[in-house]
Amino acid sequence: MTVDRPWRILLRVIGLGYLALLLLIPIGVVFYRTFEDGVGGVWDAVTTPAAISAFSLTVTVTAIAVPLNTIFGVLCALALARGRFRGKAVLNAVIDLPFAVSPVVVGLALILVYGNGGWLGDLPFQVIFSVPGIVLATIFISVPFVVREVTPVLEEVGDDQEQAASTLGANRWQSFWRITLPSIRWGVAYGIVLSVARCIGEFGAVSVVSGKIAGETETLTLLVEKRFQNFDLAGAYAASALLAFIALATLLAMTTINPRRDDA
Amino acid sequence: MSSLALNLRARPAGRPGALGLGVSTLWLSLIVLLPLAAVAARSTDGGLDAFWSAVSSRQAVSALRFTLLVSLLATVINAVTGTLIAWILVRDRFRGMRVVNALIDLPFALPTIVAGLTLLALYGPTSPVGIDVAFTQFAVLLALLFVTLPFVIRAVQPVLIELDREMEEAALSLGASGRTVFLRVILPNLVPAILSGAALAFARAVGEFGSIVLISGNIPFETQVASMFIFKQIESDNPVGAAAISVVLMLLSLVVLIGIRALGHWGARHDR
Repeated sequence: MTVDRPWRILLRVIGLGYLALLLLIPIGVVFYRTFEDGVGGVWDAVTTPAAISAFSLTVTVTAIAVPLNTIFGVLCALALARGRFRGKAVLNAVIDLPFAVSPVVVGLALILVYGNGGWLGDLPFQVIFSVPGIVLATIFISVPFVVREVTPVLEEVGDDQEQAASTLGANRWQSFWRITLPSIRWGVAYGIVLSVARCIGEFGAVSVVSGKIAGETETLTLLVEKRFQNFDLAGAYAASALLAFIALATLLAMTTINPRRDDA
Repeated sequence: MSSLALNLRARPAGRPGALGLGVSTLWLSLIVLLPLAAVAARSTDGGLDAFWSAVSSRQAVSALRFTLLVSLLATVINAVTGTLIAWILVRDRFRGMRVVNALIDLPFALPTIVAGLTLLALYGPTSPVGIDVAFTQFAVLLALLFVTLPFVIRAVQPVLIELDREMEEAALSLGASGRTVFLRVILPNLVPAILSGAALAFARAVGEFGSIVLISGNIPFETQVASMFIFKQIESDNPVGAAAISVVLMLLSLVVLIGIRALGHWGARHDR
């Protein structure tokens, strides 16, 4: 649409102004506040024993949840893109459920299954207020990402090459490793990046099931909340800055991976 | 593309998917369906009377009503501004546009608790510009606007890129004003994308928790949203009541989502 120049500039100012007020200025202020007294204090705040233990718990949980959901995601995408079966629409809807359910409800759901008096309340090990509960919550909320990124790629590349491979005598395993996986690798990578970001940043579901025991079941996002509630604003900002750096790295990975998916 | 689709359909029943289907069904059942089934089933553990009294308490009704209203408001605002920003990113040219484009996804990448803290830094008690809206309903709206910002933009952008400019040029050459072209030519083509982005934004807003925790103050009858109310019920050891409110929250947001979809169908029919 050819918009007159003054109008074009007015629209640009409104749109960018909205982004600035909502996104850029608040983030700028946080970074300024975090680093206004130098990097030393920030470093001290993110290397306290509690912070290190929170960071390692977050990394551990992510390292369990993401590989599991990647394997599931690729298998499920294969089923959706290549398989023909009844109930595909139902499967599709169930995959998207974690996007639609409140994180608090996810935590509540796990308590109702694994907590005191729950359906599976008397397992030999503790789930709720313990690491297994945090892992289950994190897996739940990151279920859809890899499936949703890989399925369209699989549909796009089709199965001509796989069929050719099987005509030439490749078994299914060979054709998966040599044909299918290389052609979907950027889709998988993109899905993994999104999953990692979501797992590291999860707060609501984890906050319900963790019990928030310092040094044991406290993740990085929970530490931010605790420090804020304890009026340790500088500490909260420092931990937030660490999380924000991870988010920015994610963003960078997203923009570099995304264009490369075209030549996959 | 169409030959590809045909090819897929002509294949014999998909064997490569069999293993995937089995594993997927098992995984989804254990991880997603079992817990959600527990919420639905156990919401009536105390009987229907207890369910009803949990969801009809004044505080629950007030939290549910505020959640729906503020989520709808945030969705509408971001549907308008999101369409505008998508238009700027596709049709306008200025320096730093690619950076702006990449930053749109920041609310997806930033942990929600950090989002809340971030908004509080500029619009809270320690605000450098003296604007303090913390613990007000406006603060909740602000948090929801932040976390739902990318949905409509990312839904509209690809449609706008694909949109045929010949139609607009034809309308202009026939003497239509810029405003007419936008309202009669561009907007009708964008409506399905705007609505699907808005639906995602609404679903996200209704359940939002992390970004609201710090900024809302959780004042009953005022800034308490449903997710916070559910959280408080769990904390005061009332998981069954919490489940009842969760069920109602999910049903209500389902109704709104169906409404948004119906709006799209209605719009499509009246387009012809």
